Amino acid sequence: MLEWAINLASWFLLLTGGVFGVIGGIGLIRFPDFYSRLHGAGVTDTLCAICIVFGLALQSGISLLTLKLMLILLFLLFTAPTATHALARAAMVDEVEPLLDEQSESLAKHRGERSSSI
Amino acid sequence: MREAFFLTCWLVLLWLAISGVYKPVILLLGIASVMLVLWLSLRMKVVGEEHAPAIFGWRLPVFWVWTLVEIVRSNLHVARLTFSPEKISPRIVTTDVPFRTSVAKVVYGNTCTLTPGTVTLMLTRDKLVAHALDQTSSETLTSGRLARKVLWLEGSPEPEK
Repeated sequence: MLEWAINLASWFLLLTGGVFGVIGGIGLIRFPDFYSRLHGAGVTDTLCAICIVFGLALQSGISLLTLKLMLILLFLLFTAPTATHALARAAMVDEVEPLLDEQSESLAKHRGERSSSI
Repeated sequence: MREAFFLTCWLVLLWLAISGVYKPVILLLGIASVMLVLWLSLRMKVVGEEHAPAIFGWRLPVFWVWTLVEIVRSNLHVARLTFSPEKISPRIVTTDVPFRTSVAKVVYGNTCTLTPGTVTLMLTRDKLVAHALDQTSSETLTSGRLARKVLWLEGSPEPEK
């Protein structure tokens, strides 16, 4: 009975992860400009990965494998935002203009500034 | 030096956890790789306060759970926008970075990017510039909700309103 419940939860998580992966892909295509497409890719980076790894962890039970899966997730959640930020920063330096709402401040005034070492 | 010691402990633990094979030859290889990584890190001068094991203590797991909830919430929001892309109103948001330590500043920038809907464009000593997908997404930053949480994580007192 317990095994059944764990399997069911695992399937649910794996399927949800898959669905969010597809949604991220759709977002990547449907959003209008480079910066907003990053948000679409962000869905695949985060919830999709989290759901799939937790789903797999339920399949593996408590073992060394679970620890490895959690480490994969941890590294992914640390590196994915870094990569996204690197892309966005590169686009900003390369003067890619974002499509913005009228009330929003512009990106141009931040262009000359540099990221400082903190 | 203290940080280098902690880094070594982390690397040894990580190697032991991932390897799963504890034969003498393999262990020697493990020691060699730990020493190589340690030497490279020291040479690159990247060993710093972030290698302390209890850097945020018990607050870190709590912060992770809070972040997980935020990730799920913002994901659902962005997923909804994916199916009606005409509803987005992209904007640039600038916020203060009121933290003492550099680790907290990086956590702030990283968590901002980690929640879909906001991407950190630039992080300087006292300012964060982010791109947000719409009003609801930008609220995490403009209302200071995330900043307050990171201040709590850092152990700093909350700013007076």
